[in-house]
Amino acid sequence: MAAYKIIDHTYDVVVVGAGGAGLRATMGMGQAGFKTACITKVFPTRSHTVAAQGGIGASLGNMAEDNWKWHMYDTVKGSDWLGDQDAIEYMCREAVPAVHELEHFGVPFSRTPEGKIYQRPFGGHMSNYGEKPVQRACAAADRTGHAILHTLYSQCLRHECEFFIEYFALDLIMDADGSCRGVMAWNLDDGTLHRFRAHQVVLASGGYGRAFFSCTSAHTCTGDGHGMVTRAGLPVQDMEFVQFHPTGMYGSGCLITEGARGEGGYLTNSAGERFMERYAPTAKDLASRDVVSRAMTMEIREGRGVGKENDHIFLHLEHLGAETLELRLPGITETAKIFTGVDVTKAPAPVLPTVHYNMGGIPTNVHGEVLRPTKDNPDATVPGLMAIGEAACVSVHGANRLGTNSLLDIVVFGRAAALRAAEVMKPGTPHKPLPKDGGDFAVSRFDRLRNASGSMHTSEIRLGMQKTMQMDAAVFRTSKSLAEGCAKMDQVASTLPQIKINDRSTVWNSDLAEALELENLMDCALATIVSAEARKESRGAHAHEDFPDRDDVNWQKHSLAWVENGKVRLDYRPVHTYTLTDEVEYIKPQKRVY
Amino acid sequence: MVEFALPANSRVQPGKVHKAAGAKRVKVFKIYRYDPDSGANPRLDSYEVDLDNCGPMVLDALLKIKNEIDSTLTFRRSCREGICGSCAMNIDGTNTLACLKPIEDIKGEAAVYPLPHMPVVKDLIPDLSLPYAQLASIKPWMQTQSPTPPDGERLQSPEEREKLDGLWECILCFCCQTSCPSYWWNGDRYLGPSVLLQAARWILDTRDEMTGERLDALEDPFKLYRCHTIMNCTKTCPKGLNPAKAIGAIKEKMIERRL
Ligand SMILES: Cc1cc2nc3c(=O)[nH]c(=O)nc-3n(C[C@H](O)[C@H](O)[C@H](O)COP(=O)(O)OP(=O)(O)OC[C@H]3O[C@@H](n4cnc5c(N)ncnc54)[C@H](O)[C@@H]3O)c2cc1C
Ligand code: SF4
Ligand code: SF4
Ligand code: FES
Repeated sequence: MAAYKIIDHTYDVVVVGAGGAGLRATMGMGQAGFKTACITKVFPTRSHTVAAQGGIGASLGNMAEDNWKWHMYDTVKGSDWLGDQDAIEYMCREAVPAVHELEHFGVPFSRTPEGKIYQRPFGGHMSNYGEKPVQRACAAADRTGHAILHTLYSQCLRHECEFFIEYFALDLIMDADGSCRGVMAWNLDDGTLHRFRAHQVVLASGGYGRAFFSCTSAHTCTGDGHGMVTRAGLPVQDMEFVQFHPTGMYGSGCLITEGARGEGGYLTNSAGERFMERYAPTAKDLASRDVVSRAMTMEIREGRGVGKENDHIFLHLEHLGAETLELRLPGITETAKIFTGVDVTKAPAPVLPTVHYNMGGIPTNVHGEVLRPTKDNPDATVPGLMAIGEAACVSVHGANRLGTNSLLDIVVFGRAAALRAAEVMKPGTPHKPLPKDGGDFAVSRFDRLRNASGSMHTSEIRLGMQKTMQMDAAVFRTSKSLAEGCAKMDQVASTLPQIKINDRSTVWNSDLAEALELENLMDCALATIVSAEARKESRGAHAHEDFPDRDDVNWQKHSLAWVENGKVRLDYRPVHTYTLTDEVEYIKPQKRVY
Repeated sequence: MVEFALPANSRVQPGKVHKAAGAKRVKVFKIYRYDPDSGANPRLDSYEVDLDNCGPMVLDALLKIKNEIDSTLTFRRSCREGICGSCAMNIDGTNTLACLKPIEDIKGEAAVYPLPHMPVVKDLIPDLSLPYAQLASIKPWMQTQSPTPPDGERLQSPEEREKLDGLWECILCFCCQTSCPSYWWNGDRYLGPSVLLQAARWILDTRDEMTGERLDALEDPFKLYRCHTIMNCTKTCPKGLNPAKAIGAIKEKMIERRL
């Protein structure tokens, strides 16, 4: 192996990721007095949070009466009772101060005539425990993620946080006692390797949408944190729950926010019928995402899709009028024109359910501490390691996330991680020496891939994985499709050792970066398909044609998946059937209708 | 005309040619390549891309080249929908986002270069640390003195909020920054259109209470007043924003407060 010069750093806390979750955590850690570094493979404002459109959920009650307990009820129901209610209570309760805090930081929210934050309706958000839709999504036009991400970055500048930009985190440094001691990273700009020693590593590396062929996620959503965790011998949780957003643009997969339906948009099939009225008589087009995506897929499968191939659905916005579209949905009006060629002020946009969000991820408790569940203690933690945001599974989204709850999740738990760190550790605590071989694993993996000279390109293996996942882990799943998916993914994963890269340099070697990302994606994909195959019920985003009902007796539990050398081992841990405080009672499972 | 002694590595050599066998609708992409390891002069590689098997945007072509023809080609990309600002480059002579630039808008061969007048790290990747540092220098965060409402938002009327439209949507792609002749020649001291647009975003925010200090900080022959309203910035902004107008608004504020 080539000798690599390694540069050492010592921090109290290292945050991996500078999306909304990472930035909120970085800022909070800095405020608490910790010497904090934030490592990110893209410049902070280029993180995927920037793409979030519709809004952030909080029961401010600016448009009509609202209550955090109603928000909690909706989130539990949306999660199809797989969410942990202690975490859901925490998130919905903290939502109101969290959004006010964002406003104080300077987020340019849209406003009501009284000057308050504008809120729009979103799928699954109802008043009075499911009665009728309520306007809960706090919006900055249809660029809410952009507004929040840029503002959080500005707050980090204000607090003079230390950033390591275009540093690619490779692997965790784990100690023999199972604690996490730091992280290894590669500086793309000059090709150097870096060893970060820290009392806490916080993974905020986002989702893994790119394991699928068609997704709304950015190219950088490659499950890097997930991969670091699986390689450290830790499990990922609930990976079978992949959210398909009802309105990805046909062709490019770019998103049209649910806020479009919140503002009055609706879906039609080839007969021009507003079919959602049949599937969800109360909430109609604003039912939960899994429900709408399934309904659309049904329509298409039964031959009522639109277009030449009858393979998509129409989203109508033209009746809203150019003025409202310009005020409330300027971004998607523009992108729809660019990517579908349709002027939505005049004609319906072609849409299709598209992979959008990963409910599963690195299991954590309500403080963001990563879990290493054991038989005796399903909530045992890994000292020194936290995870937040889409990379994590707290679990507030359970089997299906409600729109606007992810932007909320990232700021609430980003903050919670910092609060927890302030509770359990002191700034400037001296470090034990690192294990002798600390970081060796990361370097050898880096060196192996950098010199990989097999017969298959990264892009070729990646495409095989993406097509398989798209085909067999889609909206509709059957025992047959899932079993086939497992076999095919096994085959695809077995080709990884034949990977070949052509760029041997260390400076901005994106050929190598994509290979590293592919290894991470592969573990995510394997965990997803194997967990899905095992779950013999339908719950939220996991709709199993051969087991169409939810089975609370046998399956109200979190899946855990360990991935080692391409092989997945499964186990389960109980869902938390309790709340955080006495102020609300545990919401018992009910039939889920919209 | 001033004579510039161009550094040796700024002379671009012809490079490799990659043919697309059997393709019917071929588009040639001439792409700037620079390999920092070899230290050799930059070169222009040609890639033939089969348009019948390629998405509609220049980014689709670059991805196709990277995936199928030459995986060493290096460029930044993330969102592929014009919101993250990663893929800014000079295409067909204009600074723009590769993911929003339709291939069919380019006549003949498509020339693809990094953003101009920035040091190049590799291929299409410019070093943007200068504009990032300039952004930080204008304190682009909310500054207030009055206490924040303990349990509510600061109020702002829709009309006040409207003043931010056309400013807050900036994605920091620096297409405008690197198209501005004043910035080319005085980039070390002139803040440039992107950064000034950000300054305007905070100056015009009715919630911010440091307008005077912000204007003071720009009262300098270079930081602001190197803008000669050449308008390249506005012409090139892929998001349809108007940095020249934002700069004008700051200058107006300066005049207002002198009266
Ligand atoms: C198109 C779209 C629209 C959406 N709209 C909404 C909405 O309206 N409301 C809502 O609530 N949610 C929405 N979501 C979901 C939400 O935006 C995301 O779930 C959320 O932003 C994720 O934030 P994050 O901070 O966890 O991760 P990200 O924003 O994805 O950030 C990940 C960070 O990790 C870094 N990183 C990753 N890997 C590495 C590595 N190996 N080394 C170093 N750094 C690394 C990246 O550089 C980046 O900074 C939307 C999602 C999409 C795709
Ligand atoms: S208008 Fe000003 S900022 Fe814009 S290009 Fe001209 S000189 Fe530069
Ligand atoms: S004003 Fe336009 S061109 Fe300039 S940085 Fe912002 S988005 Fe890019
Ligand atoms: S890839 Fe994000 S702007 Fe082009």
